[in-house]
Amino acid sequence: MKAKPSKLTSYNRWGYAFVAPFAIVFAIFNIYPVLRTLYLSFTDLKVVGTGNWVWFDNYVRVFTDKFFWKALGNTIRIWSVNIILQLGLAFLLVIIFSNLNLKIKGLQTFRMIYYLPNLIAATSIAFLFQTLLDERFGTFNIMISGLYKLFGATYTPINWIGSPNAAPYTLAVIQSWIWFGNSFLMLMASVQGIGQEYFEAALIDGANTWEIFRHITLPLINPIMMYVAITSLIGGLQMFDLPYLMVNASSTSYDNVQTVMMYLYKFGFTTGSIQTGYASAVAYSLFIIILGVTLVQMKFFNKDEK
Amino acid sequence: MLKKINKALVYAFLVALALMCLFPFLLMLVNATRTGPEIASGFTLIPGGNTLENMKLVFDYFNPFRGIVNSLIVAVPATLLSAYFSTLTAYGMVFYEFKGNKILFGIILVFMMIPGQLSLIGFFDLCTKLGLINSYLPLIVPSIASAGTVFFLRQYITSAMPKALIEAARMEGAGELYIFNRIVLPIVSPAVSTMGIMGFIGNWNNYLLPMILISSPDKMTLPVMMATLRASTNINANQGAIYLAVAISVIPILLVFACFSRYIISSVTAGAVKE
Repeated sequence: MKAKPSKLTSYNRWGYAFVAPFAIVFAIFNIYPVLRTLYLSFTDLKVVGTGNWVWFDNYVRVFTDKFFWKALGNTIRIWSVNIILQLGLAFLLVIIFSNLNLKIKGLQTFRMIYYLPNLIAATSIAFLFQTLLDERFGTFNIMISGLYKLFGATYTPINWIGSPNAAPYTLAVIQSWIWFGNSFLMLMASVQGIGQEYFEAALIDGANTWEIFRHITLPLINPIMMYVAITSLIGGLQMFDLPYLMVNASSTSYDNVQTVMMYLYKFGFTTGSIQTGYASAVAYSLFIIILGVTLVQMKFFNKDEK
Repeated sequence: MLKKINKALVYAFLVALALMCLFPFLLMLVNATRTGPEIASGFTLIPGGNTLENMKLVFDYFNPFRGIVNSLIVAVPATLLSAYFSTLTAYGMVFYEFKGNKILFGIILVFMMIPGQLSLIGFFDLCTKLGLINSYLPLIVPSIASAGTVFFLRQYITSAMPKALIEAARMEGAGELYIFNRIVLPIVSPAVSTMGIMGFIGNWNNYLLPMILISSPDKMTLPVMMATLRASTNINANQGAIYLAVAISVIPILLVFACFSRYIISSVTAGAVKE
């Protein structure tokens, strides 16, 4: 009996060996870069060299630069339109599939198809839609024009990506097209995971669609919606691939679709305008904003719980 | 009667939504076989006869199969490393008591909430200093430390791995690493492969990091290569070629999805149910 504890500790030493590769790589490639970015954000480093310590100069510049605020506004606008469409659709689908009265078949197949756009690389989606939505030669405008002709009307082609007014909404719709399946899957899994028995009971009690929705689906789905919205916001504030690839810097719509990440990319990595110190401050400023929003949302979220 | 109409309407809506998801890809496949002028003149779902010409245009500009191979060179080792070491780390954290275990878990939790852009500039700076620009190493090696995967597997191992089994193996005199490789890995492999497939797709689709790190054309991964399309006037003059290039980049992921859709769907929902 006496030997046992010491034997146990000798096993436990293996714990260090098992987590060591993770810990070492994590320290080098995760923790160090995050701290390094923080350090750089207090310097005026341009491209090479060391840069001087400038305290909060970069941050003052970030928060007083109207282009930063414009980029933040663009990001939030694209995200908001996207989240309304995305969650609206997902919500509607959950109502349909969780209602046992309707006996909808094929959930497996439908959710597979709905999820598909989420798997495709953003670069592929960007070029696919850029080509489909081309003002003059794009298949979308050609189809719409054909539809108009059917009713004897003439269609003036909309420049979906090139016009400053349309571009943010086009991007938002594509974003929601990519993400609604994911949101639906998350909401559906949670509702089913938690509340399957409620839906079955409702079926036995003969509750109608509205009652099921009002008294079961809605209360079950509320906190999860919040969770999905927060995760989506954190991801959405970092939106980059789609607007960066679909809208050229020379396009007239660029000013309306430049996101914070594109703004950061410009100062961090675009040859000719690299200001590493400033770009680092942009990264941390965005983080501060994300953190603030998340905390506020969580506070509201907890209030709801009580 | 009313119920039947209702139900028909609901199905019509669901099918319409499904079509909306598939239609752009269908157009992509059809248009990839047509000439630029044909595409510009009208819409059809009947394939044209210009596939080879489009193919030639694309291949004159870049070799997408080179991109596919490069993407595989990055995504396969990254996925395997992440799967093995995440499991090892998670198992180590659950089954051994050592100093710093709780701190490690705390760090993982904190870093899961830190958005990637915070490390981007520091990461690039580090790679420049280490001379790793244009190398695949910074795209592969960091997968050894995938905080999210460790977090998920830690939960899974806690609930699914019986402690008695490990103690029995120790009684038999099995070594710790042997126990992990021969007993633990097979038991947790369903969860690991679920995470692995999602990790693979994430690696495969990754754009920002490889774009920043890889600049020589023969080393570009598929998404980075695709992004260079917009510089090609030859291809942009012919929409058929763009559709074909996009199709070539999409088809591998469609195949993966066709084979593993069950795993993929369950890995998306795995996070949700736990909430």
